[in-house]
Amino acid sequence: MSADAGPGAVPAAERAAMESFVPSPATVKPAGAPPRSQDIATETAGDITVDNPRMCARGVDVFYAEKQAIVDVSLDIGQNEVLAMIGPSGCGKSTFLRCLNRMNDIIDVCRVTGRIELDGEDIYDRNVDVVQLRARVGMVFQKPNPFPKSIYDNVAYGPRIHGLASGRAELDDIVQSSLERAGLWSEVKDRLGESGTSLSGGQQQRLCIARAIAVSPEVILMDEPCSALDPIATARIEELIDELRRNYTIAIVTHSMQQAARVSQRTAYFHLGKLIEVGETNQIFTNPRHNLTEDYITGRFG
Amino acid sequence: MSSLTLIIILLAFTAFAFHLGKRRSLGVATRAGGVRKLHSLPSYYGTLTALWCGVPALIVLGLWLSFETTIITWLVVAELPPELRGLPEEELGLLLNDIKNLVSGNVVASEVDATMERAAEHYRKLQGISSAALAVVAISLATAGVGNGWRMIRPGLRARNHVERAVMAFLIISSLVAIFTTIGIVLSVLFEAIRFFGHVPFTAFMFGLEWSPQTAIREDQVGSSGAFGAVPLFAGTLLISAIAMTIAAPIGLFAAVYLAEYADARVRAVAKPLLEILAGIPTVVYGFFAALTVAPVIRNAGESMGLSVSSESALAAGFVMGLMLIPFISSLSDDVINAVPQSLREGSYGLGATKSETIRQVILPAALPGIVGGLLLAISRAIGETMIVVMAAGLTARLTANPLDAVSTVTVQIVTLLVGDQEFDSPKTLAAFALGLMLFVVTLFLNVIALHVVRKYREQYD
Amino acid sequence: MSSTTEAARPSIHLSPSVTARLARRHRAERRFRRYGIVAIGLAIFFLAMLFISICSRGYTAFVQTFVQLEIVLDAEVLDLGAERDARTLGAANYQGAVKQSLRSLFPDVKKRRDRRKLNGMISTGAAYQVREMVLANPALVGTTVEVWVPADDDIDMLMKGHIDRDLPEDERRVDDDQLAWVDHLLQLGRIEKRFNTTFFTAGDSREPELAGIWGAVVGSFFALVVTLALSFPIGVAAALYLEEFAPKNRWTDLIEVNISNLAAVPSIVFGLLGLAVFLNFFGLPRSAPLVGGLILTLMTLPTIIIASRAALKSVPPSIREAALGMGASKMQMIFHHVLPLALPGMLTGTIIGMAQALGESAPLLMIGMVAFIVDIPGGPLEPATAMPVQIYLWADSPERAFVERTSAAIMVLLAFLIAMNSFAIWLRKRFERRW
Ligand SMILES: Nc1ncnc2c1ncn2[C@@H]1O[C@H](COP(=O)(O)OP(=O)(O)O)[C@@H](O)[C@H]1O
Ligand SMILES: [Mg+2]
Repeated sequence: MSADAGPGAVPAAERAAMESFVPSPATVKPAGAPPRSQDIATETAGDITVDNPRMCARGVDVFYAEKQAIVDVSLDIGQNEVLAMIGPSGCGKSTFLRCLNRMNDIIDVCRVTGRIELDGEDIYDRNVDVVQLRARVGMVFQKPNPFPKSIYDNVAYGPRIHGLASGRAELDDIVQSSLERAGLWSEVKDRLGESGTSLSGGQQQRLCIARAIAVSPEVILMDEPCSALDPIATARIEELIDELRRNYTIAIVTHSMQQAARVSQRTAYFHLGKLIEVGETNQIFTNPRHNLTEDYITGRFG
Repeated sequence: MSSLTLIIILLAFTAFAFHLGKRRSLGVATRAGGVRKLHSLPSYYGTLTALWCGVPALIVLGLWLSFETTIITWLVVAELPPELRGLPEEELGLLLNDIKNLVSGNVVASEVDATMERAAEHYRKLQGISSAALAVVAISLATAGVGNGWRMIRPGLRARNHVERAVMAFLIISSLVAIFTTIGIVLSVLFEAIRFFGHVPFTAFMFGLEWSPQTAIREDQVGSSGAFGAVPLFAGTLLISAIAMTIAAPIGLFAAVYLAEYADARVRAVAKPLLEILAGIPTVVYGFFAALTVAPVIRNAGESMGLSVSSESALAAGFVMGLMLIPFISSLSDDVINAVPQSLREGSYGLGATKSETIRQVILPAALPGIVGGLLLAISRAIGETMIVVMAAGLTARLTANPLDAVSTVTVQIVTLLVGDQEFDSPKTLAAFALGLMLFVVTLFLNVIALHVVRKYREQYD
Repeated sequence: MSSTTEAARPSIHLSPSVTARLARRHRAERRFRRYGIVAIGLAIFFLAMLFISICSRGYTAFVQTFVQLEIVLDAEVLDLGAERDARTLGAANYQGAVKQSLRSLFPDVKKRRDRRKLNGMISTGAAYQVREMVLANPALVGTTVEVWVPADDDIDMLMKGHIDRDLPEDERRVDDDQLAWVDHLLQLGRIEKRFNTTFFTAGDSREPELAGIWGAVVGSFFALVVTLALSFPIGVAAALYLEEFAPKNRWTDLIEVNISNLAAVPSIVFGLLGLAVFLNFFGLPRSAPLVGGLILTLMTLPTIIIASRAALKSVPPSIREAALGMGASKMQMIFHHVLPLALPGMLTGTIIGMAQALGESAPLLMIGMVAFIVDIPGGPLEPATAMPVQIYLWADSPERAFVERTSAAIMVLLAFLIAMNSFAIWLRKRFERRW
């Protein structure tokens, strides 16, 4: 894993596309813009809070052994919003995302300090059950990772272990509705017995989303869910995210700025483990307050 | 001249040839206008000369020594009086053994008569001629090789290419040793086994329910042909292997799962080397442990429960064999489990599965082919294991499924039939090879399947 | 924004039925984890049992009971005339001298039967020991010497507490008279346990107190030298060919399958191969370490080839490219650049293979290395046994004293194996490189 990839982390083609999508800040910036922060060590620019937060992180530090990957990050994720996290690769987006359902627990050397709340409850409290937490805060990964089981069993896996269905019929319902919500039902309804790994990449990722939905989470974390997919599959997933927003709270890591712009309401920009700036997506892309943010979204980063 | 001296002389000669070739190439080069005129470095010319000197001579020496005994014996037999030559093969074999013992000055079984003395004298003379001839042939070959080198070396000679081709030939022959070994195994067990089936019908061997080869020793006894029904041996082998796998499979698997998924680095750092030690213990040590410690413990425990336990119970041998297999299974499974991609684990944990749910419902099913392959290899090892059963299982073949009884196995019988005095060509001796054939075929079958399964499994996650 | 969204529902995961189930799941989790701990624990427990049972039996074999005798090397007792050449000295009656000295220690023992019992307390090796002394220094004849000679194995077992003094006499291998004599010797300070050098320097013997492992060690050594001399070059060459030169086709596939299969063929089958090919076909001598070494070569080759290929694989391509870029031939590139880097890995695999070969016994049984051989072998063509085979032979002996010697021989064998494996691990650590 390379620590600090420069602007090269954003593929050139994508950057060119972005240029046409996001208006250049130089032309849009209003004359009386507030003075922009220069120093990376200063506090996060923008408002980290929201009106009805689902999850709140305060003063979070993450260490991998001696190396600090997240430095003093505070951030809210609101009810029914899509929060996008962007930043150069290696800046700690995944690390922060994985703190939100304690996926970092399974990494031996990883240590998290600070406070993260779900509905006002500290998820790092000793009394919190990680199993329950992860059922409530689901996750979709960068690379589609269907289990080597049938499509049906992939989706039914979560409800089965959590005992969410009282019978076969109810389980069938959950599987069907999850696949429907993930927009996969029509494609797979005749081949539910086939292995999940036999699907195409985009279908696999939607299967993974269906699998996560089937557990009835409240929050869904997505770590670059489209990075392994082609543009058409990406578009389908983006549509899906927009629909899912009605029922779930979503935090999504992406290195594609267009994607952030398309799917999210709020955007957070990370740099070297620090949360540099957060705000309405529109504002971040049109009028960033921090020069690092501006450098990044204009592709001048480095 | 003893062959060892000859070998040393040849090696020294070869070293000398290297020097000679190198000097010669330098000499030739100076005349031609400097070392740069040479095609290859001087040492390549030396090596080439050394190869010409040493290789043919050593090959001839090896072949000569391999066939010397056979040919001399054949010549000695040809000179024996006709009445002796007409003896049945077995007795002739014994006689020749005595003659050879006489030659090497060992104790001779039967009394020595004039004919034997004469044969031994003949043998000794032939040996003398042979070793002298060998020395002459080998040394002249070596000399000729050096001469050839001396003549051939000139600046244009592509010495490096020649040397590299020779090295390549050596590499290829080396890689073929494995094939030759397999062919050797097949031929050696197959031929003797076929001869055995000339004495005992194949079906009687495969399906016969009684195994008592010992009765074949005394011709006058009833049933002197012996009984060669191998079913009790197959059953005994299976019984002990089954006991071993019952012990080893769960312990080995759980140990692997624990080490791969639960243990922290500190525990792994202690437990893994300990398991490796367990894996490195020679089987003869396990056999001793089985016979001396485990068998009495099991017998006492059984007796205290009012059971009659044989002192060579299948349980004791199987238990210790299971012990031997634990590290084997756990290290194979550990590898296989570690090959399951981390993303599957994360996917499961991300849905709120507990560790054990993830292991049982995601990791183990994903690793199943690899684990099954490992278990098949373990079964193959259990079937072929020799020392533990030789030391801790019974000698008499009994058809029983009671683990407290003594049973015998295929490998035990091979050892008992072949260790000690052998009678040439008796069904008793040949039976060992028939059993060996069975053993080889069954383990080959298991191994090939297992290796194939494991290989496919690895490719899937590479 | 909120108009299109549903209101937050209470999570199903907080409902009583799901939380109750959660408790059950955690119990199952703990149970599963315990199985793992139990499995590891059992494996380690059995290993400990094995070591304890062997060491607790074996450590006593490193000492041996000796009796101090005052031996009068009188020419008359020794049946010596005037001549003092080695031949006469060698044939003298040392047994008589030993008996004589016992008689003077216990003058009260008169009856023939009792005398015999008394003499039986000293090993037959005592006479040989005195003989060696006299042969080394003929001037001793006519003098009196104090020597510590080995006691018989039964007395040794008594001294080591393996024979229970409280048992009734007829269930004991040492009777009451002998007990009294031992006690007398103890009082005189003429019996004691001393370090057992015989165990490390002697060959096999029917008498436990005279048996040693040196013959087997030397036999194993010769066999391993043959194995190493053949399997290392052949194994490395095969690995080089398969990894660096071989085209990927059905043939090389066949070779590879062959190699991995050979690694799993039962060892006794290799014994059958050795018997049929090396002994019966090529007429090589029985019981010879040379043949043992040949068989062990075939058995260790797969291990060495597999390890060597792994070592070659781990050499980065950049080094090959650099060498080729400098105009080296492929052969030169491999022998000058790749091979030296892969050598530590190859050596590690070879040592591990040698350790396996050292512990192997079944195939050696087939080629007659189980014979009872007293002499220390002088070369790879002389009859010999090997360490594990010696263990097998002793394990079969009925004498109580052989049990401790078997255990001690196992301790020595395990020490060798652990030393070899530790060396291999050290080598791997020492040369471990990060590319
Ligand atoms: N398992 C790990 N062990 C050690 N360091 C890690 C681990 N995962 C990530 N890191 C380090 O933490 C930093 C942040 O990584 P990550 O969160 O994956 O970045 P992003 O997702 O923004 O690309 C990187 O420097 C990376 O090297
Ligand atoms: Mg990432």
